[in-house]
Parts: sequence; structure tokens; C-alpha cells
Amino acid sequence: MGRCVRFVCNMLASTGAATIFFGKGLLGIVESGRIGRRTVAQIYAIGCQSIFVIMLIGFFCGMVLGLQGYYTLVKFGSVGLLGSAISLTLIRELGPVLTAIMLTGRAGSSMTAEIGVMRISDQIDALDVMDINSMAYLVSPRLLASLVAFPLLTALFDVIGILGGYVTGVLMLGINEGVYFYRIEASVLPIDVWGGFVKSLVFALLVTTVCCYQGYTTHLRRDSAGPAAVGNATTQAVVVSCVCILAADYVLTSFFL
Amino acid sequence: METAWDIDLCALTIGYGSHIVLHNVTASFPAGRISMILGESGSGKSTLLRHIIGLSVPKSGRITIAGTDCTRMDDAEARRLRRRMGVLFQDGALLGSLTVLENVALPLTEHLRLPKELIRKEALRVLGMVELEQVADYYPSQLSGGMRKRAGLARAIITNPSLLLCDEPTSGLDPLTAARMDILLLTLHRQFPGMTILVVSHDLESFHHIADYTLVIKDGLGIFSGTKDAFYASNDPYLVRYRTRSSEATVADFSSTMDPRVSSELSRWLANP
Repeated sequence: MGRCVRFVCNMLASTGAATIFFGKGLLGIVESGRIGRRTVAQIYAIGCQSIFVIMLIGFFCGMVLGLQGYYTLVKFGSVGLLGSAISLTLIRELGPVLTAIMLTGRAGSSMTAEIGVMRISDQIDALDVMDINSMAYLVSPRLLASLVAFPLLTALFDVIGILGGYVTGVLMLGINEGVYFYRIEASVLPIDVWGGFVKSLVFALLVTTVCCYQGYTTHLRRDSAGPAAVGNATTQAVVVSCVCILAADYVLTSFFL
Repeated sequence: METAWDIDLCALTIGYGSHIVLHNVTASFPAGRISMILGESGSGKSTLLRHIIGLSVPKSGRITIAGTDCTRMDDAEARRLRRRMGVLFQDGALLGSLTVLENVALPLTEHLRLPKELIRKEALRVLGMVELEQVADYYPSQLSGGMRKRAGLARAIITNPSLLLCDEPTSGLDPLTAARMDILLLTLHRQFPGMTILVVSHDLESFHHIADYTLVIKDGLGIFSGTKDAFYASNDPYLVRYRTRSSEATVADFSSTMDPRVSSELSRWLANP
């Protein structure tokens, strides 16, 4: 019982600290006059370097959806709805969620490790000593960059996924091409697209905050120290980010539906 | 450069959580001189330096720099004070993602609105002072330990600080490179007589060559504070042993025997082809 209470207290304390950390990161965007170049570098690190993996996952995800959707819809004689099923599933749910999870693994873990190493090797202290706001220098550009990269990569994931569904549904299983695209056009509403983008923006803030926070507080870990602490912080950042993504997805989905 | 800065520690107690590292330390480091905090490894020298820099908050007591009580400062005052400080961290603490030149230029790039070319020129000038112009475009991971420390020193002095704090500038360096670092600090002191330099070290050779004043730490207490001459003149048994590098233990005890099970298993492993 005591352990449960301690766990809940620790979780609440961490959530509070991460929220304050997020606030300071946002404040850094406003306060820092020279954030542009670092933000562009982060957009490259988070966004451009993830394009290939996002396209790959998106394509196979669309193909699997096309295959599963076809064999489910054919039972009801509704294969013509395959385009709607694939596009709505991707745009509303899988696009934002899978993109965020992929970016957590690829870019988020790298953020935690990089900031964690900087923390244990006194680099963050060195920034503070030089009167350089370490939050504005390290966290704010990543927050801003993820707000740009996540929605764009989500859009890319959706488009490539729809193409993957096209390959399975139209080229391999013989659904009419016109019907496939007509159904997409007819069933996808602007609210679906905006809903997907809002989700990706929320996920961007969640993932970046969690990953940067874990890296920034590496030296405060009680379970380990030094390089082991960086490893543990990175693992925890990925796990917590994924849980946050799925929990936030449920909340946002129930809000949009 | 502005007026020289002195540092006063008054009944200072520092530590982490419930663990006390230093208790009731009182010492003065005069302005415009080179002072050194001496002590054994793990005695709390670097922890004390972190408190003087303002990266940690003491449990009790006062740290006064240039007449200002640092323990009662708000954030804005602390930032203003840090602008006049240069810090050389133990391993240089250079940002791994920036080149040596970018690292050294960082305080100027972040705080001044000057043309890039002028900042580059200035960074190269300071790199020249520590004889590192030829590695300006290298990344810190491509440098030796001594070079990283010198690059860290260049970054620390590029803003012409009134107070230069160095954490173990000669540790892990060969005697020649360590001597070179000592000469750098002495030259800096001669060129900028107003600059107060505080060095944390256990290197007695370095102390002999560069220091004017010292604080010696032992078992969480400041056991000596004064001039170099007073340090050498002291008859305190610990200081005498420290000076003469004579440990309390005259012979290391390796007489305990290995557990027979470990011994036989070790023999088996060593015999294994």
C-alpha cells in the first residue's frame, strides 16, 4: 500500500516537474532571440532524417490495411469502400499515432541521449555558467522543430499509406482505381484532416517534452548514474512517450468524434 | 576589465541531501591573485567550486564574491555575476556538436550582435593564446585531453572575465602538458593582473609554480587557509605529509589470502588454452 502511494506521489511529482519544464521550454521560444538556426537544424534532425523510415512504415501500413480491409469488406460485398476505410483509418488514427511512435523511437530517443550525455559531461552546466539559458538553447528549438516536423511527416505517412493501400487494393486485388479514389474524396472530411493534424501537434509536444525532460534530468536519477543513467533515461523516455501518445490519442479521439 | 574580485567563504556548509561534504569552511581568496583549493581526491573540492559558481546552493553559510552575497541573490543578479566569470570544467565541457572554434566563440555568438567574421577572428585570437588555432575546425572528440582543457580555457577567457575558476586543469595530463597549462595560467595572470584565478587541484607541483594562496580541505573541513609561504612553513602533521607526499600507511597490506575456491577456479581459468 505504502509503495503504491509512493509510486503515485512520484508520478504526480514527475508530471508536475515535466509540466513546469514544458512551460520553461515554451518561454524559451519567446525569450530567445536566436533560435532560428538551431530550430532549422532540429527540423533536419527530427524531420528530414526520418522521412525514409516514415515512408517505409507508411507504405507497408497502407498495404496491410488494404489487404485486411479487402478480405473483411469482401465478406459484406463492400470492397468499393476500401478507399474510405484505408484513408479514414490512416488520417484519423494510424497516421498521427504511428508517426509519433516512430519519431519517438528515432528522434525522441536521440534527444534524450544527446541531452543526457550533455548533462553528465557538464556541458549543460557550462551553458548556464556562460549565461546561456540551457532550456532556450536545447529544449525550445526541439519543441518548435517538432511542431513543424510531426504534422508534415504525418501528412507524408497518410499519403504514402494511401498509396500502399492503392498498390494492394487496386494493383494486386483488382479494385477499380476510380472507385478507390472517389471513395477517399467522398468520405474524408476537412475535420478528419484537421483532427489528424491537431493530434500530431499534441503528440509532438508530448514526445519532445518527455524526451527532453528525461535527458535534462539524467543526473537526478536514483536508479543509476553516468552512462547507465543515460541508457535508462532513454528507455524510460521512449516508454513514457508511447504511453502518453496512446492515452492522449484516446482523449483526443473521444473529443473529435 | 572591471575591479578585481575577491572571494570569501564564511562558515560554509555544503552537501547533497542529508550528506554533508564540507562543514563550516571559512576562507578568503584575495582579488587579483591565483588561489588554489587543495585536498585529496573525493574531499569535496569540485563540489565547493560548483557552489562558488552558483550551480549548487549551500546548506548554510555565505559565499561572497566582490562584496556580494551569492547565496542571497535572485536569478537576474546571479546571471549578471556569471557574466563576469569564466569557468574551465574538469574535462573542458566543450559542446560535442560544435567545433572548437564554435565552442570558443559561443559566449560571443550568443550574447553579442557582431558580424560572424569578427567573432571568428576574436575566437581565433584566443585560440592562438592557448596554441590551438590549428585545430579550430576540429570537434572536441578529435582532441586530446590536454587540448580539450586548453580549448575550455580559451572559452572561459574569451569574455575577459574578472574571475576565472578552473576545476583540475592539470589532472590526467603528462608532466609537460601540465606544465604548459600552468604557464598558460601564469601568463594569463601577468597579462590580466586584475583577474582573480581560483584553481581546484590536488597537484602539488602545480601549486608550487602558480599559487599565491590556498585552502586545504581534509575530512570535510577547511584545515588551512593562507599564503603559499605559510603553507610551506606550517608544521601541521597533515600539511607536512601532504607536502612531502608521505602517506600515513608506510606499507600497503596485501597479506590477506585469497579464498581457496577462487584460487582454484582462477588457476583452472588461467590454465585453460
